[in-house]
Amino acid sequence: MSDQPHASSSHGSDAGSEQAVAAAPPAAVGTEGGHGPTRRDDDGGSVLHQILSGSALMSALAIVLALLLGGLLIAFADEDTRAASSYFFARPTDTLAAAWDAMWQAYVALFRGSVLDWQADSVVGMVKPLTESMVFSVPLILAGLGIAVGFRAGLFNIGAQGQIIVGAIVAAWLGFAVDLPPVVHLLVAVLGGVVGGAVYAGIPGVLKARFGANEVIVTIMLNYIAVYLISYMLKQPSFNPGRTGQRSPAVQPEALYPALVPDALVENDFRLHWGFVVAILATVFVWWLLERSTTGFQIRAVGANPAAARTAGMSVGRITIITMVIAGALAGLAAGGQVLGTERSLTAGVAASFGFDAITVALLGRSRPWGTFFAGLLFGALKAGGFLMQSLTQTPIDIILVVQSLIVLLIAAPPLVRSVFRLPAPTPRPRRPRPARTTPKEVAA
Amino acid sequence: MSAATVPHARDVDAPTTARPKVSVKTPVVYALAALVTLALLLPGVGADESTTFQFSAGAEWFSLPNLTVPALMTLVVLTVVMAAAAAWAFVLVRQRRHAPPWLHVVVGLAFVLAFLTYAGAGKTSVIPMVSLLAGALALSVPLVFGALSGVICERSGIINIAIEGQLLFGAFAAAVTASALGSGYWGLIAAPVAGALVGALLAWFAVSYQVNQIIVGVVLNTLILGLTGFLFATVLSDNKALWNTRMPLPRLRIPVLAEIPVLGPVLFNQTVLIYLMYVIVVVLNVMLFRSRWGLRTRAVGEHPKAADTVGIKVNVRRVWNTILGGAVAGLGGAFFTVGSGLAFGREMSAGTGFIALAAMILGKWNPYGAVAAALLFGFSKNLGNVLSTIGSGVPSELLLMLPYLITIFAVAGFVGRVRPPAAEGIPYTKS
Repeated sequence: MSDQPHASSSHGSDAGSEQAVAAAPPAAVGTEGGHGPTRRDDDGGSVLHQILSGSALMSALAIVLALLLGGLLIAFADEDTRAASSYFFARPTDTLAAAWDAMWQAYVALFRGSVLDWQADSVVGMVKPLTESMVFSVPLILAGLGIAVGFRAGLFNIGAQGQIIVGAIVAAWLGFAVDLPPVVHLLVAVLGGVVGGAVYAGIPGVLKARFGANEVIVTIMLNYIAVYLISYMLKQPSFNPGRTGQRSPAVQPEALYPALVPDALVENDFRLHWGFVVAILATVFVWWLLERSTTGFQIRAVGANPAAARTAGMSVGRITIITMVIAGALAGLAAGGQVLGTERSLTAGVAASFGFDAITVALLGRSRPWGTFFAGLLFGALKAGGFLMQSLTQTPIDIILVVQSLIVLLIAAPPLVRSVFRLPAPTPRPRRPRPARTTPKEVAA
Repeated sequence: MSAATVPHARDVDAPTTARPKVSVKTPVVYALAALVTLALLLPGVGADESTTFQFSAGAEWFSLPNLTVPALMTLVVLTVVMAAAAAWAFVLVRQRRHAPPWLHVVVGLAFVLAFLTYAGAGKTSVIPMVSLLAGALALSVPLVFGALSGVICERSGIINIAIEGQLLFGAFAAAVTASALGSGYWGLIAAPVAGALVGALLAWFAVSYQVNQIIVGVVLNTLILGLTGFLFATVLSDNKALWNTRMPLPRLRIPVLAEIPVLGPVLFNQTVLIYLMYVIVVVLNVMLFRSRWGLRTRAVGEHPKAADTVGIKVNVRRVWNTILGGAVAGLGGAFFTVGSGLAFGREMSAGTGFIALAAMILGKWNPYGAVAAALLFGFSKNLGNVLSTIGSGVPSELLLMLPYLITIFAVAGFVGRVRPPAAEGIPYTKS
């Protein structure tokens, strides 16, 4: 992914001619046989160059660029801006000022809703947005980890949504219908959610392993089935005893995740619960699984090259099933966080759109456990901030989707960000003999 | 060619080993259908109950009368038909031969009829065949367009997960343009342009920057969902009269064909968008397998290096195919708004693009196969709708799950391992 035809084509000709001059002796070959390495030694090794082409900076710039583009959209939809733009050519500053104002206000509200609300009258109130971001990030991280594990095995698991729903049904039922002592009850309910998600994800795993059924189709279909399943369940007497509304009885207090910041420590109304710790532990587990365990090695091997993995004696079908079960278990953990921590009962919208957002989270995290963790935090923050932004500035929360997707797109295409900010390309071109004739680029971009 | 025949030369001596083993899946599925009818549907029907099917929509030359059949008798006959089909298929498997395709259709029809008979038994309400089929077609239209878009892109090696986004953006563009310019037909021009735009974005990132095509597709879906949702909540809501008035396309009745009983009003009393769909399906199938464009498209998707060697510009072909595919899906999106006479609504494609993707895979990357899968899906979805309104004793949620369950069974049972175009998803760089 680091090698881009676009960048190489723009560099190709001039770098190549430099090369031909510098490497004088084999000039006859140089013009005919290829340009060879086109490393530009003048800036290739400098510290500044490394910083400017580093992936951390690239990610930061991608986020800035995405926010800017989102801001343009906010400005475009802003009524004041549109009113001012009707006399744009008479007084363009008015339009620009209104646009800047709309964008600035929206993003200030976003920040206040997601990180620090400096206008609150107590420290607890100021920090609350940050805890809200963490609350939203729990299901995103956990389900995102599940999808990331699937990606590493070459499986495109779109079914996190359905797996969360089924996990939530099981966890909620164990939470409100069963009587158990305090700690045991929570463990049983969480485990129930995990098993529910794992079994539901096992279906596409088994179907793929046994019948070669495409997992993309099966998981999509299972998402829909889960939606109808939860709406069916919520009509059953056991889930809806009073036949009132679409909400199950509340989960018993013994089965709830305890608050992460206890009231004994500081009086607060945070929704943040131990599910966040579970998310951290799950991230560590997935890191261990993928990077240190035999199973993880097999998962990565199957993802990299199933044929080679089979030749090496691995059972691709078994790994497929195991991967899906792990992915479903993680989605089930996400469901537990929702039902036993945040929502505290089962509703039709318990999974919100976390299962789909989690795909973007895993993509942004590049299927790496800690990458997914931080991507989940970022998206959780955007989600939490989006609500305040919507209520304060009437900016629809949909803008968050736009910004999120732009971030992922731009991070996935570093050369685009680089060309926008006019930064140097990072690594030398791979030493691959290029054909001598300078082919016209076949890209109609 | 000669090299390929050498390893098979010994097969001439032993023709019996040349026949590959045929899976017993088909007879098992048939038998299952018969068994379900026998065990679950038959006991639910009283001895003297009957079911009425309605065949007329009231506007044909001659209208077929309602058909009332004794429910129990019909179910017994249909069970026998399915059981016989299962037995025959089993015999064929023993002879290592495949069951003919029409047998699938017969068994499928028999099962559906059995279910309808069961659902309508002893009820005063009739089973409305025309509206059942018309609704099925309506639900299939965006699926067909989406699946064809997928075929165009994936045959050239670009995975198009962004069908959903293309449909949604097409729906949005069609609604806004038609509303602003005052005619639904403008929507039909704007929709493919919008879809092509999404396709162009996909191609830009996938080909120029070689970003993973699935990533780009998923992200473009989110982008379009956010973008249309944002504009819907701001610009479109601020001035609904200007930007989001419903502008239905008029129905055009084709004179003679529309008079055919049952199928006439379903197929030939439609908007121009549906007629366009018929044309696109046929033209695409011919073009893909009989034209230079099709040959090149398939070559680029199967073996880009070989295609490049003979002078086909791989990435140019891919970019244009992706844009074309986007345009087709965008046109399909117009069905949601101008095609059904609705104003634009947030997230109104509601996952249709993903089901279209499934239909494409189910149809094995063939235009006709994709259309068949889309129709199957649309039909089973509408069957669920109709049955849950008639009331069949089965919870409506379970009936609404029907199309998704059928798709899973179809993928696991009938299709099984399918082979996508070999170079799908792999960016091509000249080396």
